[in-house]
Amino acid sequence: MFGERVERREDLRLLTGGGRYTDDFEHDAAQAAFVRSEHAHARVLDVDVTGALEVDGVLGVYTHEDLTGGFAAPLPLLVPHEGIVRPRTQYALAAEEVCYAGETIVMVVATDRYVAEDAAGRIRVSYEPLEAIVDLARAADAGATVAHAGAPDNIAGRVSEEKGDVDGALANAPHVFEWRFEIERSASTPMEGRAVVARYDERDGMLMVYDSTQAPTGIRGGLAALFGVDLERVQVLAPDVGGGFGVKVMQFYPEEVLIPWAARRLGTPVKWTEDRREHFIGSNHERKQIHHVRVGCDDDGRILAFETRFVHDSGAYCPYGLIVPVITSAQLPGPYKLENYRYEFRAVYTNTVSTSPYRGAGRPQGAFVMERTLDRLARELALDPVDVRRRNLIQPDEFPYEVGVTFQDGGPTVYDSGDYPRGLELLLDAVGYAGFAAERERAAAEGRRLGLGLGCYVEGTGIGPYEGAAINVMGDGTVTVAIGLSTQGQAHETVFAQIAADELGVDVERVQVSTGDTRRIGYGVGTFASRSAGVAGNAVKRAARSVRHQAQEFAARLLEAAVDDIELADGAARVKGSPQSAIPLGRLALVANPLRYAYGAEATEAAVFARKAYSSGEAPLHEDATPGLNAVEYYSPRSGVFGFGMHAAIVEIDPDTCNLLVRRYVIVHDCGRVINPLVVDGQVQGGFAQGLGGAFFERIVYDDTGQIQNASFMDFLIPYATEVPAPELHHTETPSPSNELGVKGVGEAGAIAVPAVIANAVADALERPIDSMPLSPLQLFDMLHPDGNGR
Amino acid sequence: MDVRPRELAPISLTVNGNVHELEVEPRWLLCDVLRHQLGLTGTHVGCEHGVCGCCTVLIDGRPARSCLMFAVTADGADIRTVEGLARGDGKLHPLQTAFRRHHGLQCGFCTPGFLMAALPIYRRAGALSDDELREALGGQLCRCTGYVGIVAAVRAAAEIEAGDSAP
Repeated sequence: MFGERVERREDLRLLTGGGRYTDDFEHDAAQAAFVRSEHAHARVLDVDVTGALEVDGVLGVYTHEDLTGGFAAPLPLLVPHEGIVRPRTQYALAAEEVCYAGETIVMVVATDRYVAEDAAGRIRVSYEPLEAIVDLARAADAGATVAHAGAPDNIAGRVSEEKGDVDGALANAPHVFEWRFEIERSASTPMEGRAVVARYDERDGMLMVYDSTQAPTGIRGGLAALFGVDLERVQVLAPDVGGGFGVKVMQFYPEEVLIPWAARRLGTPVKWTEDRREHFIGSNHERKQIHHVRVGCDDDGRILAFETRFVHDSGAYCPYGLIVPVITSAQLPGPYKLENYRYEFRAVYTNTVSTSPYRGAGRPQGAFVMERTLDRLARELALDPVDVRRRNLIQPDEFPYEVGVTFQDGGPTVYDSGDYPRGLELLLDAVGYAGFAAERERAAAEGRRLGLGLGCYVEGTGIGPYEGAAINVMGDGTVTVAIGLSTQGQAHETVFAQIAADELGVDVERVQVSTGDTRRIGYGVGTFASRSAGVAGNAVKRAARSVRHQAQEFAARLLEAAVDDIELADGAARVKGSPQSAIPLGRLALVANPLRYAYGAEATEAAVFARKAYSSGEAPLHEDATPGLNAVEYYSPRSGVFGFGMHAAIVEIDPDTCNLLVRRYVIVHDCGRVINPLVVDGQVQGGFAQGLGGAFFERIVYDDTGQIQNASFMDFLIPYATEVPAPELHHTETPSPSNELGVKGVGEAGAIAVPAVIANAVADALERPIDSMPLSPLQLFDMLHPDGNGR
Repeated sequence: MDVRPRELAPISLTVNGNVHELEVEPRWLLCDVLRHQLGLTGTHVGCEHGVCGCCTVLIDGRPARSCLMFAVTADGADIRTVEGLARGDGKLHPLQTAFRRHHGLQCGFCTPGFLMAALPIYRRAGALSDDELREALGGQLCRCTGYVGIVAAVRAAAEIEAGDSAP
């Protein structure tokens, strides 16, 4: 089944209204609503909750003072880094100071959400407003207004690293250019917001949490530690999750701590379902960075030295450490050889929502900076931007390729495999690069401005530490596969079933994959960083192989054959070339688990079979045997695996509306061996749409006082079907030598290059530099009317 | 009429052919009543301000946002939700089959809204240009698919239906 266009197993449920998202559980639960800071920066002087307590149906109103122990401490810092200067995370409920508009101050729990909001509306918070700092460039300056009262400055962390000798190379470079690039704040905005439901049973001390999270096992571990109970007393299920794109992996958002806390305190199930406004002001953002680049090159555009000094907007806190700017730094070089490369970044606090990875996770910024640099220097030197890229690409015989800086997992960045020149040539062919100049001229003759832009990226995927899979064969031959990963639409129930089906010789329809349920498998990391296929995929392969070996050994014994002569096919174990010897896998599982067979026709048959099989008087199981057919195996990759892609766009600017018209968008994509082309295409298409949103439509707009101006879908413009053209997809497959499936991740790939490509295409169309993204019709208007006329 | 927020009002809703006599607060949204009073959780709520279209249901045959309507104002209405799309024998509706075949869904959260929005138009899709079809689906947001599979599915559904009913 590996490599086949298998229709998705999860679709039947999701298409018929049978999906189960977090808000679909516990209809009778009490519901929470939050009072969130109205100010971007303020001291909280007093919280008067008396009005709320008078509301009929209110079960509890809680402020920071009600919390004790770990619940009253700042939330955890998920990814520590030695470069963090002053780590800051928020309290679940604010203590004395609030540092962004939207910060949680009071939790109200009531019989339903309507009543909870009634009560929340009657709570009076007295603030002493403090000056807010919102502008990233100013926030980084010495002496800037501080985002946290009493802090010496706004620096959250700083990291720098150098490969080669950048200053020396710049000093000797025939050409040196300096440019500034900026990319705006944006956000994942999955269609389902976050949600948490918790149920505590005091009779057995069990806490059950349903959480729309990308990392349920981490939530479970954290909650167990916080409550001071055994891991076994806490179970977390990430059920169907309505999109994530990064924003749902935080460990912890305040609500993920507070809802379980309230459920235990009140002894009743409690639910919180985020509304869309809350999502904009209370769930993490990403993207905002400002880069200052110095690049040195020779007359042919070969890069001799590259330096970026950049600031990254951490928002009010740094719960996710420095991971986004670290990824930007490691992945900015992309497919290009930078012998002398230096980066230096500062992550900076501002009075805005905190930032953490959003699909692409720092890479769209890096790709934008790198690809715009290449186009700009090509233009300065009057070179073909394609030739400049060709001259700088890493060659196929240079793998494994050491980039020379640290990867996000703390190890060296080493590309495992790739063929970048082939990808680029395929792209140029597909987009018709050779003929474009003539097309551009013809259009110009009609008064239309066409532009073509290119962009390439390399994406580190499949990072550790590990994932696991628990596989069990049922008596009816059904194979269950439990993985710790959650699923937000990546077809995990299908692709992992394909892998197990191949290994066990069963039909994919007989494999049932469960995801994100700590009751089924307790160890796992999460669905993020394009890591599921690479890490969990190989874990499934390993677990399925263990089960296959068990089946072969057991069947060999029953059939009195050599283990190597047993094959698994058509849902049965049999002696090779002897179909009549076949023992159905389910029967084998029953026989391998003596006394399990109590009910059902399969069990009766297995019992009869077992009597015959064991008639020699031999003990049913060997001393060291595993009963049944089941195994749990893990896979811990030593390093990431690196997918890549090349994109090209042909765009036209509508002279009347200044709308961006994407005439063609071509993608060459490589994620190693493809498990399911249907799914990979979907991931790339979806990533492209999100990238296009980030190129022209979506940006979070703050005013100077730290209020978001577009905290709704009316104003934060996710593209509709009317805005997103279908991209043309081409695949190459360069297997990864680092894992046995040869796969690499694909989840984020489609999004990474798009802003860079659109910027290059528009710059080409208008023959003007573009140094900030996203674009808007207004910006295009101003570029079309550089003299200021026309407004 | 004097409306008191927490006073229950009797209403009658026909949902997927079943008549429900309900007591609702006048401020309760139709989507909340469908989901939490009737347990029809296939209708999803993505924005609560009428932009995303996840909560789209058919009201008296026409697609409407169930988050922009109070349940009391739907009194007496004939409502169809995604749960009423597949046939009684469990066989998928041709639109559902088409969405599966063309990978028109990933996380599935926007999917019920798209299905209900496409239901009145899929038989005419063949006569629509790509732009027209996208315009017709232009009231629904999807964050996962980039719409490629969705547009292809809506276009293919009528043909699948014809194939289904062929002898």
